Amino acid sequence: MTLALVLFKRECALVLRKPGDALSALFFFVLCATLFALSINPEPQLLRALGPGALWVCALLSSLIVVGELFEGDWRDGTLEQLLLSPLPLPAMVAAKALARWLGSALPLVLVSPLLGLQFELSGSALLLLPLTLALGTLALVFVGSIGAALTLGLRSGSMLLSLLLLPLYIPVLIFGALAVAGAQSGSGFEAELSILAALCLLSVFFAPFASAACLELACE
Amino acid sequence: MKINWFYFSSPPRFYALAGRLSPLFFALALLLTTLGLYLGFFVAPTDFQQGEGYRIIFVHVPVSWMSMFIYLVIAFWSAMGLVMKTRISMVMAQALVPTGALFTFLSLWTGALWGKPMWGAWWVWDARLTSELILLFLYLALMALRAAIDDERRADRACALFALVGVVNVPVIYFSVKWWNTLHQGASVSLTRAPSMASTMLFGMLVMALAAWAYTIATSLKRARTLLLEREGDSEWARRQFAGDAR
Repeated sequence: MTLALVLFKRECALVLRKPGDALSALFFFVLCATLFALSINPEPQLLRALGPGALWVCALLSSLIVVGELFEGDWRDGTLEQLLLSPLPLPAMVAAKALARWLGSALPLVLVSPLLGLQFELSGSALLLLPLTLALGTLALVFVGSIGAALTLGLRSGSMLLSLLLLPLYIPVLIFGALAVAGAQSGSGFEAELSILAALCLLSVFFAPFASAACLELACE
Repeated sequence: MKINWFYFSSPPRFYALAGRLSPLFFALALLLTTLGLYLGFFVAPTDFQQGEGYRIIFVHVPVSWMSMFIYLVIAFWSAMGLVMKTRISMVMAQALVPTGALFTFLSLWTGALWGKPMWGAWWVWDARLTSELILLFLYLALMALRAAIDDERRADRACALFALVGVVNVPVIYFSVKWWNTLHQGASVSLTRAPSMASTMLFGMLVMALAAWAYTIATSLKRARTLLLEREGDSEWARRQFAGDAR
């Protein structure tokens, strides 16, 4: 357990040393959302209807960037093999890395999202719900994404493949996240969607590290 | 008597067995397809609501069943391959993927052809259609993952793991799409057919479903044979096969 904590601190330190890398997902998110608004008619009615879905798609695409290089650096310089040999259980290692990555790259995105929500003219309750659903959702996406990152570790055209592998698996999170925000927006309720989103988040945080660990062992043979 | 469950997991034995079974199932598929299409196109009565256009179900429904079932079979062989470490299981999992992708594509295509006259649209965002499309993406992802990894052992196991992750996700995806669909557009399009179906229709569809099974078994065994020769090209038995072919 302490080992996992040490690793977690190391990952956080790595993120803090290179804030530019960690924040690239945030910039991508902001740019992508702006492009969405620019590509459609800036009529408030239309923006409000498209906002929840558009922001969620942008967050989902950014989370592909977040997980893209999750194991790549450690794999290239051999740290990953050392970690595989260490007494730390592999799933705990994956969880520590994914959590640190989420804190460094996805959390800024979550915090900025209400501002983008304002751009899309979201209503008050939807503005509050957007960061909450994004926090739960991106956590699920980063953990599920760690499976894809482990599978495509060191492959040719890895990032292309990563999106092909992960996007189908991301669909449930996208649907319930966007539905919850849209529900709050239209005032038709969001509790059920939010509960399912939280359930998806818990399930993926619990189970994904085991799958990723199996894939990592494969990649480092 | 003790059954040796692993008797056919030895590549040469499997190769010989598949060689014998594959033509048999090809013949069966041909026979059943002819019979099923004859039943479907000439014997089954015209549907009083949908006219002649409904006859595409004799292709569409069996193909859709098969597309979903093949994914389950792939997941089964992947699990067997991971747990038992049998090479043949991995070969079978690999051999089934193109057939599954083909059936999924055909299912979407025939569905669009059916949808145009019935609902006036090639595509609607119905839960079943959408999940079938996602299934196609999963098949394509499996093929792309296989193609990207050079090391055969890693490719086998990576694809097996991804297939298993996918099979856990497929029901979740189906229900989330269903929920999304019901919230967004209501039951404007209902895919459920009238429950009373003429028995010739049902029979024709079952024959076509069996034909799809026979075709899948035949092609996957044939493909598995080729894959085995490719993989085991240096082994003694494969050399003997090549020599036999040359003669």
